[in-house]
Amino acid sequence: MELIKPAFGLVFWMTLSFGIVFFLLRKYAWKPILNSLREREDSIADALNAARKAHEEMESLTADNEKLLAQARNERDEILKEARNAKDTIITEARTKATEEADRLTRIARENIQNEKMAAITDLKNQVANLSIEIAEKIMRSRLSDDEKHNSLVRKMMDDIKLN
Amino acid sequence: MFAAFFSNAGSHSMTLISRLLKSPSLLISMAVMLVLSMPAVAGSGTPVEGDAHGAEDFNPGEMIMEHISDAYSWHLWGHTSIPLPVIVYSEARGLDVFSSGHFDHGHMTYMGYALHGNKLVAVKEMQPVAVSEANLDEGLTASLWDISITKNVFSMFMSIALMLWLFISVAKAYTRKAGQAPSGLQSAIEPIIMFIRDDVAKSVIGEKHYLRFMPYLLTVFFFIWINNLLGLVPIFPGGANLTGNIAVPMILALITFIITTLNGNAHYWRHIVAMPGVPKWVLVILTPIEILGLFIKPFVLMIRLFANILAGHIVLLVFFFLIFIFGKDSATAGFVTSVPALAFTIFINCLELLVGLLQAYVFTFLSAIYFGMAVAEEHEGAH
Repeated sequence: MELIKPAFGLVFWMTLSFGIVFFLLRKYAWKPILNSLREREDSIADALNAARKAHEEMESLTADNEKLLAQARNERDEILKEARNAKDTIITEARTKATEEADRLTRIARENIQNEKMAAITDLKNQVANLSIEIAEKIMRSRLSDDEKHNSLVRKMMDDIKLN
Repeated sequence: MFAAFFSNAGSHSMTLISRLLKSPSLLISMAVMLVLSMPAVAGSGTPVEGDAHGAEDFNPGEMIMEHISDAYSWHLWGHTSIPLPVIVYSEARGLDVFSSGHFDHGHMTYMGYALHGNKLVAVKEMQPVAVSEANLDEGLTASLWDISITKNVFSMFMSIALMLWLFISVAKAYTRKAGQAPSGLQSAIEPIIMFIRDDVAKSVIGEKHYLRFMPYLLTVFFFIWINNLLGLVPIFPGGANLTGNIAVPMILALITFIITTLNGNAHYWRHIVAMPGVPKWVLVILTPIEILGLFIKPFVLMIRLFANILAGHIVLLVFFFLIFIFGKDSATAGFVTSVPALAFTIFINCLELLVGLLQAYVFTFLSAIYFGMAVAEEHEGAH
């Protein structure tokens, strides 16, 4: 009978001490332990998430980089092509202009030469004419030193002039 | 070696144990059979009065009873025991506190009290005299409020001190090394706590409600486990049969019952009072069964823990006492028996280590199931 009849003393102390140990452990042991466990699990989960996100970001960054690189390469090619074109254009233009200028200068020079030539010719003609007159005058003067000669000349000149 | 005290508890207690331990476990029935088949038990009906000192007759039934029962002193070895405080209150005499050492192993009275059949009784004579049936005061004995620090209470205090130290220091480690990997005791305790949390509370009660039951589940698990283990330690401060004493499982089961009842939601009560989807006439049978079930559940919880631990202690002692039972007739037989008996004792001890853990787990798990049923939402819990 003793075995299955709970003793009052043990029931009393059991209730009291189990109650005390329960409240003490709940406050000073289980709450902090369970909280830390949960915090640690949360932090691990967060860390894993962050790592995954970082990995994803890195992947997208790599993709972006490659895209940027390709774009840059394209742009460089474009710029180079444009530059080459520009160079060609400039060279062609310069050549054309140079040719034109040379032509123009040649033409002007030629014209100048022509003009100078003509002026020189005119000048020469005039001087020749003047010289001729002077010579003729000197000759005339020497020939007309006597009247006779003078008269014969006039007569001769008169003969040359045909009035008809 | 073992002092046999007054005992008239012997044989009829044994039959009670046998009635009590109708457990499917082979182990338990084996224990009961062995206890009953011991020749000494059959002859222990007469109380052993007075001088047990030096008595050669070895009585395993009494010895086992002495071990599994509570005591007012802690027997260490031979005639050496630690006296424990007796605290007793009665309206007639008021509060009395004194050491149980004054009882002189139950031979003397002290301050009007005595030990009779390992029970505290009141006696008429206030001066210390030898105990005799004549001076017992039965009327006053019935009105005593005995809250002595007995062997079991003392053992419980030590286990509680151990628990408080263990878990509060572990908790401190968590706050001291917040966010770091666990170490030492912490890493030993942590998997167990995680197991109770994830595989018991979370899986049975569910994510939504489990947290508020965790402190109780953890406390009850470690309380039972630690006390089961302490009960298996053969020398002081172990060896008290605390979890195998009906009072302890009773209080634990009662707390589980109270928590379950207080947390029961409308869904839970509806399923008890009037199970939905069941014809009216069936309810006439079902409702009383359900209401009965409310009380049977904690009762079974109590009996399971009590019977398992008690049986474990008995079986261990029975195997061990085989040596002395055989040795009583001839020393040679005792020596020969000692080898297999010791082997069996060791085997049972290992088994009991497992049972101690298992029973703590089962108690916790079933408590969690009852809490889970109490807080289950519609279309969630099992019917």
